[in-house]
Parts: sequence; structure tokens; C-alpha cells
Amino acid sequence: MSQNTKNSTVASIFTAMFRKQIFIPIAALLILAIFNLIVDPSFFKVKLSDNSDGIPVLSGNIISIIDYGSELAILAIGMTLVTAASRGQDISVGAAMAIAGSVVLRVLCGTNSRPDELQAPIIVAFLVCCLVAMAFGAFNGLLVSVFKIQPMVATLILFTAGRSIAAWINNNELPVVNDSTFSVFGNYIPGIPIPTPFFIALACFIIMALVMKFTNLKLYVQSVGLNEQTSRLNGLNPALIKFITYVFLGLCVAVAGFIKVSRFSTINYSVTAKDIEMDAILAVAIGGNSLSGGKFNISASILGAYVIQFLTTTLYKFQVNSEALPAYKAVVVIALVVLSAPIVREKIAALFKKLRSPAKAEAKAD
Amino acid sequence: MKMKKVFAMATSMLLCGAVFAGCGSEGGSSGSGGSSKSLIKVGIINNDPNESGYRTANVNDLKATFTKENGYDASFSYSLKNEEQINAAQKYIQDEVDYLLISAADTAGWDSVLKDAKDAGVSVILFDRTIDADESLYEASIVSDMDKEGEQAVEWLKSQNLTSYDIIHLQGVMGSAAQKGRSGALTKTAGELGWNIVVEQTAEWNAEKAQQIVQSAIDANQKFNVIYAENDDMAKGAVAALDKANISHGVGKDVVVMGFDCNKWALEELKAGNWNYDGQCNPFQSSYIVDIIDKLEKGETLDEKVVIMNEKGFDASTITDEDVENYGI
Repeated sequence: MSQNTKNSTVASIFTAMFRKQIFIPIAALLILAIFNLIVDPSFFKVKLSDNSDGIPVLSGNIISIIDYGSELAILAIGMTLVTAASRGQDISVGAAMAIAGSVVLRVLCGTNSRPDELQAPIIVAFLVCCLVAMAFGAFNGLLVSVFKIQPMVATLILFTAGRSIAAWINNNELPVVNDSTFSVFGNYIPGIPIPTPFFIALACFIIMALVMKFTNLKLYVQSVGLNEQTSRLNGLNPALIKFITYVFLGLCVAVAGFIKVSRFSTINYSVTAKDIEMDAILAVAIGGNSLSGGKFNISASILGAYVIQFLTTTLYKFQVNSEALPAYKAVVVIALVVLSAPIVREKIAALFKKLRSPAKAEAKAD
Repeated sequence: MKMKKVFAMATSMLLCGAVFAGCGSEGGSSGSGGSSKSLIKVGIINNDPNESGYRTANVNDLKATFTKENGYDASFSYSLKNEEQINAAQKYIQDEVDYLLISAADTAGWDSVLKDAKDAGVSVILFDRTIDADESLYEASIVSDMDKEGEQAVEWLKSQNLTSYDIIHLQGVMGSAAQKGRSGALTKTAGELGWNIVVEQTAEWNAEKAQQIVQSAIDANQKFNVIYAENDDMAKGAVAALDKANISHGVGKDVVVMGFDCNKWALEELKAGNWNYDGQCNPFQSSYIVDIIDKLEKGETLDEKVVIMNEKGFDASTITDEDVENYGI
């Protein structure tokens, strides 16, 4: 009998886990990790060694994942809110990141595209870039909330024009910043062997968790996403809340864009953050969030972002043929998205319930 | 609902306005040139200058050459879309330009507009990119030979006589002309001479992806001594990964670094000895075009329809400050 009870508790734990949204990205991470562990355990090797400047840094695939996944994780925070409130996605984040990065370089370099010293403090550049990116976010937000245009269509405007705007900000030149302090944000703080972008992403996550805990933002966003009419009847202003989520995404874009240009201290307008909007939307989907708005879980989206980077790093590690790379990625992505679809999760949960109920029945019979 | 309609109307009117404004300004510039007969009227259709550093250099070069001072009345139009380019071409033909210079976005769909140009007596010169049309429809075509660029680079690599060749090959966006040409030469020679291609991956012209690929090779303890990156950005990304792992690179160091496109900053890296080779993809076609126009104006016939530009490859040990200044884009 004790055996049966044990079975039923295990099953009920499983059922509960499947119900939890965060289960999907965690499961995806585990599957990828186990796959790598079986095929080549050296995947997880991390070693500490000096870089060419004599600074000790950690390196290894795991470090690469937490490093390069950072921008995506930061974008995923904003994208989750936008998705939840406006029931649509912003496809202009890649182009907006190019704009944000271009602004940073413009402020740092002034009119000369290759200055010997910085023309403005880095913090000023960062603040200006935040303002500009939030302004573009506000533009998208205005189209979506006030003019009630489909989010994907509204953001298509910036998606198309963004990279040209980014190039125009710097007169089509490619500025290069020669300053070791600036490159700290995309690389390493001297003395700390973990990449800075990871800390920035962590800070964003903590701030976001605090905001969620101490304000009503989460409740408001969810209610607007679930039912606009009811939330209006309850005294919320749906247009304002949607607008705020887009401005907030603008802020996320600014931080991500800032990290991006800091990595190489320069920018390439046509390839910087290319296709990152699709990855950001995917991160939200892998996080098990409904793409048609409503309830959301930011931690799950962030894990989703790291799942995508985990997958990318794994594919690089196994040197998948260039021509076949997108196909491999597509297969994994389809599997993940299907798994994270609410309907599939319900089915799986039901399956576990079925497994549990005979156990229960037996237990009762005993 | 009403709001939506009003907004749609407003945007469409704005767009129409923008189109008219565009036409107006272009028409104005060509109209003013029409009065002075000594100027040669040229319509230039190019890709968007923001497309890449290469394109920016290309556009600036053309703008600097086809000026009033040099005896040209030039109108420019930029688009990455073939149909917009064709529309622009039709407009230039109506404006009765003498020469139509085209860098086509796409190879197909140009036949009828080129026939119109021929009937109207407009000479067509293609630059930078060829199109799928009968040779009789254009006077000349000035192009880069991507295969040759690759061959030149591989020749150089061969001449280095390294004791072993373990190569990381970073490819551009798969299927692009530059990628095909630059990959083709390496793949062929590596096969013939038994060079070991350790990693062959596309980084899609992206520095960060290149960094990740090389990083992953380092983490997996792969041995390599050559980085063959198909553009400068990717070479830069690869070098960042090498720096992180404290692997020396450049002239006389552990890893040979090769790039393409000759960005100015890349040539500076070359000059400093951090990289070893950079292959040129010549964006300066205007001098070739001017030569052809001069010949046609004098009534001479051209020796060849297809002109392949001279493209250099720079070695870190022989590059000079003047090279950096003259060839850096």
C-alpha cells in the first residue's frame, strides 16, 4: 500500500510540474544539457585562464551561453510584457537595437567617427540611448494603443526603417570607440572572470522581479491582456497600460543595444542584432506564455532565451553543416513550441492524471 | 473604427505626398541640368547606401566623380527592390538621360526596360552586379570577380608555406556571390593540397557569431593555425575570441588571420601586424565607368563588354600607410 501511495504522490508531483509554466523551459534546458552530457561531457568544462591583456577570465560553453544569451534575455523581459498586454509582438526590436547602439556611438564619438578620447561620459551616452529607444518604443506604443493597429503591422514600420535611421544617425559612418572602459560592458570587468553582460541581465531580472512584487503592473497587464473591456469597467486604462509596456520594451532594447555595441566597440547597421526579434518572440513562446496575451511568466521567458542560446552554442559545438544549420534549429524549435503549447500541456497533464487515478483506485481498494 | 479610417487616410496621403516630393526633387535636379547642354546626363541606379560599408564607399565614390565640375549632370536613385529600381530606370529614360548606370538589386526582370532604353538611345552601363539579359542590351558591365578574390587569397595562403594548414573557415551568408566565390577557392585548394578544414561554419557576416564559433572551437580544444574569414567583421569577431583565450595572432604569431573587404580599420589592424591578409572587394567603379563613357563619347568601340576590376590583396608585411589611406573603405 505504501508503494501505491508513493506512486500516486510521484504522479501528482509530475502533474503539478506539468501544470507549472516554468516547467517547459526548464525541461528544455535539461534535455539539451543531458544530450550534451551523453554525447560529449567536455561540453560543460569551464576553465580559468588569462586573456591577452593578462586578465583571468572564465571560458567554456556554459560561459558562452550566459554571456551571449544576455541581450536576448533582457529583450525577452520586455517582449513578455508587450505580448501579454497587447496580444501581439513587437518585430522592430532588432532595428531599434541598431538605433540604440548607433545613438550610443554617436554620443561617445561626437562628429568624429574615430576619436582618440570619448567626447561624452559613458553614462550620458547610455541615458541618451535610453531616451531615444523609449521614444521609439512610445511611437510603437502609440500606434498600438491609441490607433489600435495590429502590433505586428504597427512595428513593421520601424522594422523596415530602423536600420536606415541607425545609419543616418552616424552619417553612414562606422564609428569605432577606443576606450577600454566602454568595452567593459560587453566583455569583462577587470578582476571578475564572469562576463559583464550576464550581470547586467541579472540586474534587469532583479529589478523586474522587484517591480512585479511591489507594484500592480503584473495584475494590470494581465487583466488588460485577458479582457480589455472588463479591465476598463474596473477602472483601468487599457491604452495607457499597453503604451507603458511598449515604452518599457524600449528601455530593454536600449540596455541590450548598449551591450551589443560595447562588445566590439563598433556597429554594423545591417547585421547588428539581425533577426533577434524572432528569437525574442520565440523566447516568450518557449517560456510557455500565450502569444495571444493574458497571463505571463517573465522568469520562464528569460529561461526560454537561454534555451535558445544553449541550442545555438550546442549547434556550433557540433559543427553542424552551415547549409543545414537552420533546419536543425527549426526542428528543435518546433518540438519546443509544440511542447509548450497549452493544449499539449493539458493533454500531458491529463495523461499523468490517468496514470495516477488507477493507483488511487487501488489504494482505496486496499 | 472611425479613428482607424482617418489614420489610414492620413498615412496613405502622407505616403503619396512623400512619393511626389521625391519625384519633385529628383525631377528638379535633372531639369536644371537640361538647360546646360554641355553636361552629360547620367541616371544612376544603385542599392541602398546603408546596405554595407562597401555600398557606402561605392555611393560616395560615384557621387564624388559624377559632379557638375567633371561635366556630368547626375541623378541618383537608391533602392534594394528590383521593381523600384526598374521604375527609376523608366523615369530616367523618359527624362532622356544619355547614360544609365545600374547596379541591379536582382538579376532578373530587366529585359523590357533595357529594350526601352535601347530604343530611346540611352546607353546602359552595368556596374558592380550583372543581370540576366542579352549582352546586346547594354554597353558594358563592370564587375568584381569574387572567384578571383578567393583564388588570390588562397594563393597568398599557399605562398606562406606553413608547416601545417589547420583552417577555421568562417563563411558569409550562404548563397551570396561573395560567399560562393570566396568559399569556392578555399574548398578547392584545401581538397587538392590536403589542408585540414577544422571548422567550416557560416557566421552570416556577423562579428558576434564569428566570435562564438571560434570560441566554441577553442573550448573544444581544436587545433588551428589559420582563420579564413570571408569579411572583415567576422575576422574581427574571431580575433576577439583568440584574444580572450590568449592565443597570439598576426605576423609571425601562432594564428594567421585573413579577412576581406578592406575596411579602413581592418587595414589598420593589418598595418599593426595583428592580422595577416586582407583581400579587396573594389567598390571604386567610377573611374572604370568614366573611361567607358569617354570612349563612347569619342565614338570608339569597347574592346570588351565585361570589365573585371583589378582587385588587390594586402599582406601585413608589405602594406603601407598610403595603401590604408587609398584602399580603405
